[in-house]
Amino acid sequence: MAHVRSHVLICAGTGCASSGSKRVFSAFESEIAKKGLSEEIKIVETGCHGFCEAGPLVIIYPEGTFYVRVGVNDVTEIVENHLYKGRIVERLLFKDKMTLASVPKYSEIDFYKKQIRMVLANCGQIDPDSIDEYIANGGYEALGKALTEMTPDQVVDEVKKSGLRGRGGGGFPTGMKWSFTKGAAGDKKYVVCNADEGDPGAFMDRSVLEGDPHRVIEGMAICGYSIGADEGYIYCRAEYPLAIKRLRTAIVCAEEMGLLGYNILGTGFNFKVKIKEGAGAFVCGEETALLASIEGKRGMPRPRPPFPAISGLWEKPTNINNVETFANIPHILTKGAEWYASIGTEKSKGTKVFALTGKINNTGLAEVPMGITMREIIYDIGGGIPDGKKFKAVQIGGPSGGCLPEQLLDLSVDYDSLIQAGAMMGSGGLVVMDEETCMVDLSKFFLSFTQAESCGKCTPCREGTKRMLEILTRITEGEGKEGDIELLEKLAKGIKATALCGLGQTAPNPVLSTLRYFRHEYEAHIRDKKCPAGACSKLSGFFITDGCKGCGLCKKACPVDAISGEMKGKHVIDHNKCIKCGACVAKCPFKAIIKG
Amino acid sequence: MKSIEELRKLREQLKAGTAIRKEAGTKIIVGMGTCGIAAGAREAMNAIVDEIAKRNIHDVQVSQTGCIGMCVLEPLVDVVRPGEPRVTYGRVTPELARRIVTEHVVNGNIVEDAVIGKIE
Repeated sequence: MAHVRSHVLICAGTGCASSGSKRVFSAFESEIAKKGLSEEIKIVETGCHGFCEAGPLVIIYPEGTFYVRVGVNDVTEIVENHLYKGRIVERLLFKDKMTLASVPKYSEIDFYKKQIRMVLANCGQIDPDSIDEYIANGGYEALGKALTEMTPDQVVDEVKKSGLRGRGGGGFPTGMKWSFTKGAAGDKKYVVCNADEGDPGAFMDRSVLEGDPHRVIEGMAICGYSIGADEGYIYCRAEYPLAIKRLRTAIVCAEEMGLLGYNILGTGFNFKVKIKEGAGAFVCGEETALLASIEGKRGMPRPRPPFPAISGLWEKPTNINNVETFANIPHILTKGAEWYASIGTEKSKGTKVFALTGKINNTGLAEVPMGITMREIIYDIGGGIPDGKKFKAVQIGGPSGGCLPEQLLDLSVDYDSLIQAGAMMGSGGLVVMDEETCMVDLSKFFLSFTQAESCGKCTPCREGTKRMLEILTRITEGEGKEGDIELLEKLAKGIKATALCGLGQTAPNPVLSTLRYFRHEYEAHIRDKKCPAGACSKLSGFFITDGCKGCGLCKKACPVDAISGEMKGKHVIDHNKCIKCGACVAKCPFKAIIKG
Repeated sequence: MKSIEELRKLREQLKAGTAIRKEAGTKIIVGMGTCGIAAGAREAMNAIVDEIAKRNIHDVQVSQTGCIGMCVLEPLVDVVRPGEPRVTYGRVTPELARRIVTEHVVNGNIVEDAVIGKIE
């Protein structure tokens, strides 16, 4: 076998794949073959690096050179100059927005500097379809250690000591959950992995499954050993075809190697993993609805207790954890609970993966230690707000979470302080909003999502969210009345207290948290019939200020002839005709047209 | 696999496959400027890569660099062993390249007759 002197890692995560990384991959194959370098250079498709904004990403080792936005047309140059002659292609390097300098190395980019990549350690670094690369990087060592050196009780204790809490949103201590299922009566028990990631703007679990599927499977097997289960299910939505494909490959490889199936590593422990594809209903992320769906029933929640730990899948004791929670387990066993507990804050240990979306420069995935501030995530890692706009708020925890305004940017990001601030960790979606986002419109958006996803089983959620949505719609259309805010609050409290499952109980959160921090915006909509952000089209329009010099350019640009005025005289907009397209604003050389 | 020992043994074998993505021990740098290529740097590099494969060495990185100005002595090859000075060899033929790998990279003995410079 020839010595492979260089590896070309091409991101094949969903983000980069949609910006064309598959074509880049084939281009590399043919160019490298053309140069006769196929023997000495290996091309690897990896999972997500998280820096989706700059994709398709290509990393070349041994130099560790990080190329961004690589197109098919760039490949010849990279092969000729970098791979053949060893000259780095400057123009494709990542450029620091502040210093405008090129940053050649992966590890030196601001986006990665403040991150601690544990769950994502292998994402982007290994070929997710290759169990060999996972094993080479220490894979299945934790399972081996658990099976040969630890009793099931010791495993549960280790997880308890680590302080790991559920990464799906609620933050329940994982070790405790395991001990409940372990202690439950019955011979047959199940491990279930909740991969029904449904929050708008969240793609953490997807990236872990696509980039490092074995880590999740290993975490599940360890859980199975500790609680006495021999069967596991991964409930993954069918909208994640790549994640499902890679999971299937991973399961087959692990079975062939004897790391799943019967008598694992000769220890007598049996564990099988099956995949159940979900149809994409948001409510199936709720554990009892998820279990019903696996059983082939309609995905609807049921009252708890009994909790799944006592009576879950097919009424057997079942331990359900989220993808990211399982992905943390191998680290805890190999490096020890103490090491794990040294990261994070007193009550929130370890790291959390966040999906950065919305009005932020570096859209992507970032894994940070608990206790970091929101400011560091948004500005240092996320690169701030695009186009020099002002930060307004960040929605954390998706439709079940809440927003944090500017004055809370320095809040420590951990389970408990977020709850205190009226938001929640949720699964880790971060939607950043700038000054042009209307907070009433935002809560309307999230509520229309939960309303549409409500399963309809309990009245507070089915009817209550509908009424709330009607009021919000009315407010954004300029039909708000005095007393609407109070009614919203009353409904919200009622729904929170009486809805059957987590979906309903948290559905009013976006409304409550925007009311808490942006009440004045609601009031402006209702009393002044104005949208301060200029986002609600029925409540805002364009105005020509005294800066107008009467050049007439806006008049020409207007597609509906809504602007009138004499040359060299101030022009005016007829608001009955105006369609609020903004064409006049772009044309005005004096910036005399404003939105308000 | 029947035991954890087997898993660990397999891991040791597989590590070589991804070692290149981590900081490696010895670095071999081949001058691949136009002058280098014209003088036969590619052939020298082929010989190095081939010799490494034959000897089944893993803890080695082979990379290239551009012209450093001593075109008359091309092909130039640098060897950096951890904690040792950077040694530059000049006029590296494929035969010399193989000697550099066996004597210097593997055994740690600098091929003195071909050295043109050392940087501490």
